[in-house]
Amino acid sequence: MTRKTLGVLALTLSLLSTGAGCKKKIGNLSKPDAPAAPAPPPPRIEEPKVRPTVATFTAEPSAIEKGASSTLRWLVKDATKVTITPGVGEVTTLDGSRSVFPGATTTYRLMAEGPGGTAESSATVTVTQPPPPAVEAPKATKEDFSVVVSRELGDVFFDYDKSDISESGRGTLTRNADKLKQLLIDYPSAIVTIEGHCDERGSAEYNLGLGDRRALSAMDFLKQLGVSADRVRTVSYGKERPQCTDANEDCYQKNRRAHFSGN
Amino acid sequence: MNKKLFFFLGFCALLALAQQSNIVIKLVGQEKPTIAVPDLRGSGASQAYMGAFNSTLYSDLESSGYFTMAAKSMYPLQVPQRSQDFQSPAPGAPATGLSLAGWANPPVSTTYLTFGYAGESNGQFVLYGWLYNVKQPDLQNAQMIGKIYLGPMSEVGATKVAHEFAADILKLFGVESLFGTRVFFVSNRSGAKEIWSMDWDGTNQKQVTSYKTITTMPSVSSDGSRIAFTSYLNGLPQIVVHSTETNRRLPFFNQQASMNSNLTFAPDGKHVIYSSSISQHPNLYGADLNGGGIKRLTSGRFIDVEAKINPKTGGDVVFISGRGGPQQLYRMSIEGTDVERLTSGEGQASNPSWHPNGTHVAFSWTRGYDPGNFNIFIMDVATKNYVQLTHGAGRNENPWWGPDGRHIVFASNRSGGMQIYTMLADGTQVKQLTKAGRNEMPVWGK
Repeated sequence: MTRKTLGVLALTLSLLSTGAGCKKKIGNLSKPDAPAAPAPPPPRIEEPKVRPTVATFTAEPSAIEKGASSTLRWLVKDATKVTITPGVGEVTTLDGSRSVFPGATTTYRLMAEGPGGTAESSATVTVTQPPPPAVEAPKATKEDFSVVVSRELGDVFFDYDKSDISESGRGTLTRNADKLKQLLIDYPSAIVTIEGHCDERGSAEYNLGLGDRRALSAMDFLKQLGVSADRVRTVSYGKERPQCTDANEDCYQKNRRAHFSGN
Repeated sequence: MNKKLFFFLGFCALLALAQQSNIVIKLVGQEKPTIAVPDLRGSGASQAYMGAFNSTLYSDLESSGYFTMAAKSMYPLQVPQRSQDFQSPAPGAPATGLSLAGWANPPVSTTYLTFGYAGESNGQFVLYGWLYNVKQPDLQNAQMIGKIYLGPMSEVGATKVAHEFAADILKLFGVESLFGTRVFFVSNRSGAKEIWSMDWDGTNQKQVTSYKTITTMPSVSSDGSRIAFTSYLNGLPQIVVHSTETNRRLPFFNQQASMNSNLTFAPDGKHVIYSSSISQHPNLYGADLNGGGIKRLTSGRFIDVEAKINPKTGGDVVFISGRGGPQQLYRMSIEGTDVERLTSGEGQASNPSWHPNGTHVAFSWTRGYDPGNFNIFIMDVATKNYVQLTHGAGRNENPWWGPDGRHIVFASNRSGGMQIYTMLADGTQVKQLTKAGRNEMPVWGK
């Protein structure tokens, strides 16, 4: 008889005696039902193997303007190696932070490796283009008068050695007159100057007179159209201030003009 | 019939040609006497300045345009230094440089001879200068000048003495020296158009005004004491008058016009004429020297500018007007009456300048050329005959007679940019006076 057999027997006996305490079945002693199953093996004694966990991995702020920075923060457990890609590489702490300057929208991946396996997490930094410079607050003052005048009031052109207003000049002056009336209302203290200019061919002395005639012709026409003359001046520049100096008719024509300037 | 007409026209053309060249002969002279101007020697400290002295004397006499300069290579080897150096050559012996004949005969063939020497006296540069007419039969009659001149012992002093000696020589022939005369002109070399001045030969160029705006169209009074010009210093073209001695601005009343310009001084020094647009059209107005006493001279719906008063009579005025179409040269009385067109109506005319004799006017005209291509002409105002001095070498404008009545200063772009030149009234001896920047509108004052 082995020790095992004795043990089973003893257990059986004790069971029987317990049951006999209520039922007092003597018969069970003489006839066992089935042989008993073998006992399980005892557990092995080892280190516990736990997978790493990423408690947090964030990018704050998660949206930046190009050129600004975002801070990555992480808290990792049960890891022996933590790597953040792209651009950061292996980090030395399980609980840390790092500033990043992504040039474009980037998804950062954190890889935690440990004895129990690996864990991953990701955080995305959205990069936006900076907005155009802030639009200046609308000025209290209006647009510069000289700018408005040079944009709104067209040049009146003249024939060679002439100061009378041509057909196309009348059209220009009629348009100018309407705009000028409004401008003089909008800019109650502004002065408009009509400059008379000539091409280079006549003598400077005569052209000073001719430019004077051209400016005054334009002024007279505006007066006839009801423009108040008390804030319109004339000046002749003769051929002293040409807008081009080429010796051809194209340039000559450009310089034979009455030009409006505001001040 | 046609043949006759043809001959008649040909005769007229010849006559016109003869009259034209007569103008130049009258003004410049036909037969130019020959003068020999050998280099003078100096002793002591004066030696160092003889180069400056000799070149100045030669240049003054040559540029007067009055003389033909005898070729230096033909001069005799011996040159007199004093009047007593002249000898009467032995009969039959060849004439040397120490005889009148040695200069009067070929190959020198001169009529006049300058000689002399320089030395030092009490630290001064001293010149003993002679002018001889070597064509005279004897030494007694030959001497025209024998004079001592003094100046500081320096290059400036030697140059001054040379100018004075030359002026004395020229005066004997009724030729006024240009020495000491000044040309006022417009230059942009400071950045803005300003009035500048220079000596008659282009030296000593100086900025006169500093208004830092367009300052242009100068004129000078006949005594040279005042200049007037047109400046935008108040934003509009207005007349400004300066004293040439102090360079101070003198009072002048401008009419309330968008343009007052082209002031000209009367020869009496008391009146002016200028162009003003006070009545809408640029017309001519007379006034006192300070702008008061205004009197309207012309009126009409046209442009009148550039009045010039006859320097001899003070009674008639030439001016430029667009009254008949393109700008032409006109004449009227000082009262504004008897208006008469002088140019033919062809082309455009501008910039009249009276000759000191009061009979001729230099002006610029595009006759025969495209608009804008001005050339210098001289007109005999009484006959309206004219002669053309420049011939299409660029744009030639603003002629102004020199005080000697033999030279004309003018502006030309013949070498590219506009620059100032002088020439003899026959169109020869063209000399460029300015180089820096753009220079224009010269006027020549005493």
